[in-house]
Amino acid sequence: MIKFTGVYKRYTNQYEALSGLSFELAKGEMAFLTGHSGAGKSTLLKLIALIERATHGQVLVNDQNLTRLPQGKIPYYRRQIGLVFQDHNLLHDRTVFDNVALPLVIAGENHREIGRRVRAALDKVGLLNKERNLPIALSGGEQQRVGIARAVVNRPPILLADEPTGNLDPDLSRDIMHLFEQFNQVGVTVFIASHDLDLIKTLPYRQVILHKGRLAQQDEQ
Amino acid sequence: MKMINLNLKNYLLRHMQVMLFTLGRIWRQPLASLMTFMVIGIALALPASLYVLLKNIEKVSTQWDDVAQISLFLKQDVNETQAQKLVSELKAWPEITAVNYQSASQSLEEFRQLSGLGSLLDTLPTNPLPAVVIVKPDSKDLQADAISRLLSRLKVLPVVEQAQLDMEWLQRLRSINETGQRGISILGLLLSLSVLLVIGNTIRLAILNQQSEIRVIKLVGGTNTFIRRPFLYTGFWYGLLGGMVAWLTLLFTMSLINGPINELASQYNSQFTLVWLSGPMMLILPFTGMILGVMGAWLAVGRHLSAIEPT
Repeated sequence: MIKFTGVYKRYTNQYEALSGLSFELAKGEMAFLTGHSGAGKSTLLKLIALIERATHGQVLVNDQNLTRLPQGKIPYYRRQIGLVFQDHNLLHDRTVFDNVALPLVIAGENHREIGRRVRAALDKVGLLNKERNLPIALSGGEQQRVGIARAVVNRPPILLADEPTGNLDPDLSRDIMHLFEQFNQVGVTVFIASHDLDLIKTLPYRQVILHKGRLAQQDEQ
Repeated sequence: MKMINLNLKNYLLRHMQVMLFTLGRIWRQPLASLMTFMVIGIALALPASLYVLLKNIEKVSTQWDDVAQISLFLKQDVNETQAQKLVSELKAWPEITAVNYQSASQSLEEFRQLSGLGSLLDTLPTNPLPAVVIVKPDSKDLQADAISRLLSRLKVLPVVEQAQLDMEWLQRLRSINETGQRGISILGLLLSLSVLLVIGNTIRLAILNQQSEIRVIKLVGGTNTFIRRPFLYTGFWYGLLGGMVAWLTLLFTMSLINGPINELASQYNSQFTLVWLSGPMMLILPFTGMILGVMGAWLAVGRHLSAIEPT
């Protein structure tokens, strides 16, 4: 589903974030991306989401060669990927419902379908009763779940998360990880960058460990 | 087919939603929006009111066309019969409605009455004044070139010493009017440009304000078209509502000067009433505003949108 082959990413200031990285994630797999700060985790996720482009090497996602994808196709490509961020990236002047509906509105879904799918997604993350609230009225954990609902509402085959539990206490973190597991169980490929090693250790998924822009080791736990 | 209909319906529905959404956003910042409307409105009202002014001058000058007349001063040696022959000849010309003959002695009498120099005239051995034929051109073809054509035809008549158009000042007024019109076009163009820039700048600020929102929309797969749409509609509203402010400003100023103008006209025994912008012209103001709004927004969005990329 996701395949990196000899990928380099060099920023303009000569800083090399990724140095010849190769790895592969199978369809329907769930894995963690770990490593110290500055190891290149965020850069790796940005390459998958096409927020950045690789300097060298090949990135294949869902059978599409990202190095060759023209700029105009990027929005359509991104609709296949659900993105979850540490700081949620919610729109604070819109209700929970409108936030979750955003990807469907963008995709031009009709009104009734939007209502149906937004409620299904909110139900899944347990926030159905908060659809009329503004994000600011929710707790950190709830805001993160709104972010997850938005990421899955258009049923993307791939779900990427960058430190989704970074600001949450252990109990809430476990709940969030459990949510990701549930999406994985229905066939979504899930890739989570995290440094919450204590939590990750308790979960039975592969770790892709980065060290200074290279693969450190691959643990099959 | 049904599918296409459904898509079209969705598409129109989404445009309606964006339209109302952007209007709501403008509504929620009443003060800032009002100021923008005022700037646009005044910038549009200025050339429009000058245009109305010129229209009125034009109307006045066409009213005065009725008094346009050509005086033909006959040669000294032309006798009464020749003069009468000329009069009946001229009456047959289609472009002439009336011909009046005034003999040399009548001219003298008139001059004596009007000038009060009667005793001076008595000292002259002969009457120095010529006989005059006053020609009134048909008011239907009162165009400047038609009249000057008539004038040149009259000038070459053998018995005519001199033909003089008593409306040269009117032609000068017309030239001034024409110059004014050109000036207004240029002013209108410049002010339209300023409307474009005002709207462009307003949209630019809106874009900067919504940078994080634009980033999020890009991250969840929003195309540039989708992101551009609300800004274009914002420009649309600013232009349209600014155009309406211009319309109201014009209406207001004209109602202010309508009273004095009527008074002035009645003092001149004139039936003159102020010409207002006609119905279609009234539509042109909001419409121009709307076009300028969308264009300004388009320029601003095109310039700034690509600079905002998720990081």
